[in-house]
Amino acid sequence: MKEQETREMQSEQSDTAMVEIINMHKWFGDFHVLQGIDLTVQKKERIVICGPSGSGKSTLIRCINRLEEHQKGRIIVDGTELTHNIKNIEKIRAEVGMVFQHFNLFPHLTIVDNLTLGPIWVRKVPKAEAEETAMFYLEKVHIAEQARKYPGQLSGGQQQRVAIARSLCMKPKLMLFDEPTSALDPEMIKEVLDVMIDLAQEGMTMLVVTHEMGFAKSVAHRVLFMDYGKIVEANTPEEFFDNPQHDRTKLFLSQILH
Amino acid sequence: MNDPDDTRMQEMKPPVTHVGLIGWIRENLFNSALNSILTLVTLFVLGKIVPPLVRWAFIDSVWHTTGKACRQVTGACWSVVWDNVRFILFGFYPYDSQWRPLAAMLILFGLLFYSQNRKHWKKHLIYVWVLGLFVMGLLMKGGLFGLSAVESTKWSGLPLTLLLSVFGLTAAYPLGVVLALGRRSKLPTVRWLSIVYIEMIRGVPLISLLFMSAIIFPLFLPEGITINKILRAQIAIILFTAAYIAEVVRGGLQAMSRGQYEAAESMGLNYYQTMRLIILPQALKIVIPPTVSILISAFKDTSLVVIIALWDLLKTTQSVLANPEWMGFSPEAYIFVALLYFAGCFSMSGYSRKLERELSAGEKQ
Repeated sequence: MKEQETREMQSEQSDTAMVEIINMHKWFGDFHVLQGIDLTVQKKERIVICGPSGSGKSTLIRCINRLEEHQKGRIIVDGTELTHNIKNIEKIRAEVGMVFQHFNLFPHLTIVDNLTLGPIWVRKVPKAEAEETAMFYLEKVHIAEQARKYPGQLSGGQQQRVAIARSLCMKPKLMLFDEPTSALDPEMIKEVLDVMIDLAQEGMTMLVVTHEMGFAKSVAHRVLFMDYGKIVEANTPEEFFDNPQHDRTKLFLSQILH
Repeated sequence: MNDPDDTRMQEMKPPVTHVGLIGWIRENLFNSALNSILTLVTLFVLGKIVPPLVRWAFIDSVWHTTGKACRQVTGACWSVVWDNVRFILFGFYPYDSQWRPLAAMLILFGLLFYSQNRKHWKKHLIYVWVLGLFVMGLLMKGGLFGLSAVESTKWSGLPLTLLLSVFGLTAAYPLGVVLALGRRSKLPTVRWLSIVYIEMIRGVPLISLLFMSAIIFPLFLPEGITINKILRAQIAIILFTAAYIAEVVRGGLQAMSRGQYEAAESMGLNYYQTMRLIILPQALKIVIPPTVSILISAFKDTSLVVIIALWDLLKTTQSVLANPEWMGFSPEAYIFVALLYFAGCFSMSGYSRKLERELSAGEKQ
């Protein structure tokens, strides 16, 4: 299924870029965390980003919805360039869903209120309709029976699935995942990955920072390897895992695939 | 000895010494040598204090007589309170019209009681308060609907204390929140103004602010323009309390994790929505205990307005004691006033505990 999709995407490449990043740099103080990133993400493309900690992979995806500000180069999301224009930023954020390592659900709101907050306040959807959508996505992540509980009453895996459903309620065009399974107990990783695989099969554009190589192999169109603020290698999962080109990639893979 | 059945039996029934009244006493009062000594000392001290106090307050006391008769008894002379209760409570408010401040206070208590239920925290509550405030103002000031006009200089006693505290606290709280947000603002001007304000106000005692409001401030006003003295004291109390609330709220804001801001922002919520819907509800809840401490101390500090000659509850009480007939009965009078203050403070702290409990219901595991 993946190859066919890839061909489809390439055939209509001209105006189907969801994200375009051109020679983008970012510094934290004096630390040059991103050193000239060039990356184009097609609509419906799924990219997995991996690399050692501190390589800048989280920072890269956080620049895409401007949780971090880049200092040089350009980032264009869905045809809108990220600048200091706060209205544009808010518009892009509404279109880009983000799932965090630590879930970041709102602990003072029930699950269903967590899900309806964005649609009601950002999209101005009527409350009843927002709740209907919320229940639809809670069903989808197999957690509808928890709708009236608070986040603190759920397990980590359940919370992360709620977080995914919360992003989906905004009907995003692009989903960013920042190490979504890294804070989970091993037995809960699968339930979250399953939800992400479902999402992939529905054609969501996804950028996923993760070390779950099984997930990368089964759903990614491209795997990027980052180190020291640069994209060292980008390839199809087959090529990436079976025939890595760079020494650093080989070293990294030998360390995580044992 | 270590028969497994034996331990199972013990798990089923705790030893007799751990249950019932005797168990409780043993565990809480005599569970160590130090604790036993403290318990005995406390009992001894209570035995010395309580019976004489009860005898003074209730047995040897007189409840309704003249000051002269009072001097013959060894117990408390409560008639210093009962014979002067209307002056203590209402001060110089015209005697015949004292039902009006009484009614205003009852309306206020009714409003507070109604508002304490979170189910009533809806839009209509605002209208209820606006209406209530209008009626209370009308009752106090008069001049309409056949009520005789009463100058605000005659407002005194408990209504004045309540006026200064209720408005002082309700206005200081939102102002404090705004200042806390200002102090964390990304805009340098806003941030610096907030810092300067907070640090300047916290750098001076409330008494000096009250003096400034009473004496220095009017000097700067153009001739012919005067601002009501009560209003000036009111503003001083609001400005003072807000600075303290701001710092407590700032502590709550700093306790919020970066992730909450990021989650809210990544959905496209703007600054005000993020603050109002996500950050403040959590941050303000965290700081309920220190906030209530500030509100309680501000409530008590309203009694400092005596130094600028406003006749609040404490001042009316003092002036009763200045009357030769009642001179020397200050314990009784001050106990009465203390009880009124205590009722106010205790209900605030009780309500804050209730609110904390309700707001955290379900959130924690």
